[in-house]
Amino acid sequence: MKEYFKLFGVFFRIGIFLFGGGYSMLPLLQREVVDKNGWATQEEILDYFAIGQCMPGIISVNTSMFIGYRQKGAFGAVSAMAGMVFPSLIVITVIAALFESFAEIVAVRHALSGIRVAAGALITSAVIRLVKSDVRSVTEIALCVAAFVVVAVLGSSPVFVVIGASLFGLVYGKRRRKE
Amino acid sequence: MTYLKTLAVLFYEFFVTGVFAVGGGLTTLPFLMRMSQSHPDWFSTEDLTNMIAVSESTPGPIGINMSTYVGFKVAGIPGVMATAVGIVLPSAIIILIISRFLEKYMSNNYVKSVFSCLRPAVTGLIAAAGWLVVRETLFLYMPQSLSAVSGSFNISAVLLFAAIVILTRFKRLGKLHPVVYIAASAAAGIILKL
Repeated sequence: MKEYFKLFGVFFRIGIFLFGGGYSMLPLLQREVVDKNGWATQEEILDYFAIGQCMPGIISVNTSMFIGYRQKGAFGAVSAMAGMVFPSLIVITVIAALFESFAEIVAVRHALSGIRVAAGALITSAVIRLVKSDVRSVTEIALCVAAFVVVAVLGSSPVFVVIGASLFGLVYGKRRRKE
Repeated sequence: MTYLKTLAVLFYEFFVTGVFAVGGGLTTLPFLMRMSQSHPDWFSTEDLTNMIAVSESTPGPIGINMSTYVGFKVAGIPGVMATAVGIVLPSAIIILIISRFLEKYMSNNYVKSVFSCLRPAVTGLIAAAGWLVVRETLFLYMPQSLSAVSGSFNISAVLLFAAIVILTRFKRLGKLHPVVYIAASAAAGIILKL
């Protein structure tokens, strides 16, 4: 029972502090899941992101379920997911009930611009940590740069990157095993 | 429509969104656009703009925030439950099924080589997502030429950004919880009128 509450609590904290899209979750996961609780490695989190990108549903919610399942099976997955979703349910319900134009309050707008800068900086710092530990060989650097260019410069969908890299992995892995 | 039927339709619409919105977050948007047309009594396209603003400016996954907002506006707290369960259920079912196979096949050589190439690619994807956020916050406008780059920076945002990236690289300060930086930046945003 205690473990289920732990899962719920950790993902509740991640849910409260998550601003922006799915990948803003990375710095929080590195801190809470990798460093503090040892529930998954950085590499496993990347695997969950890759699967989450290609399947239906919300990436951060899917990632929480994968990690919860690893810890305590189906009920673990549900506990983690409930923790991830709960803060949104409470915060949005309160805002929808009380404020007509929450996003137009001047102080809120300034605070949010500040938070966005922090979100960008925290992702940058999380990516630096990832690159240092996981992107080492020439092939890995090439894959990382190619993925960045395809999405950030060419504006194409991340799903194509995941499919492309998987096919490359199949062919490349086969060739390497033959040698 | 009776109240119960409204709840059932809410659940159904968000379940469908949960099945087809691949990639998460704002991919739910086209589905909500369609909903505002097929259920004009629920919310208008203008309401939708307001919802996006609120969803992006509050904590939590954007897709969940949007579904909560719609659920509450249409049918109160039971509506929130209907939309939340609806949008999460499809991926929950899929994950419960594939998680069992995942552990088994992770030691397969083909699966291993696929994931060893996926990891650096996903790192690139995260970097791209980060760049889109950074680009939006650090520039006042998009520079049209290289010589215009320096004038287009939002100086206080750049300083705040650099301070956080540098501080988090230090061993001890890097151990601070990310929320410390988020809270400090919210305060800085208000003080500096970012």
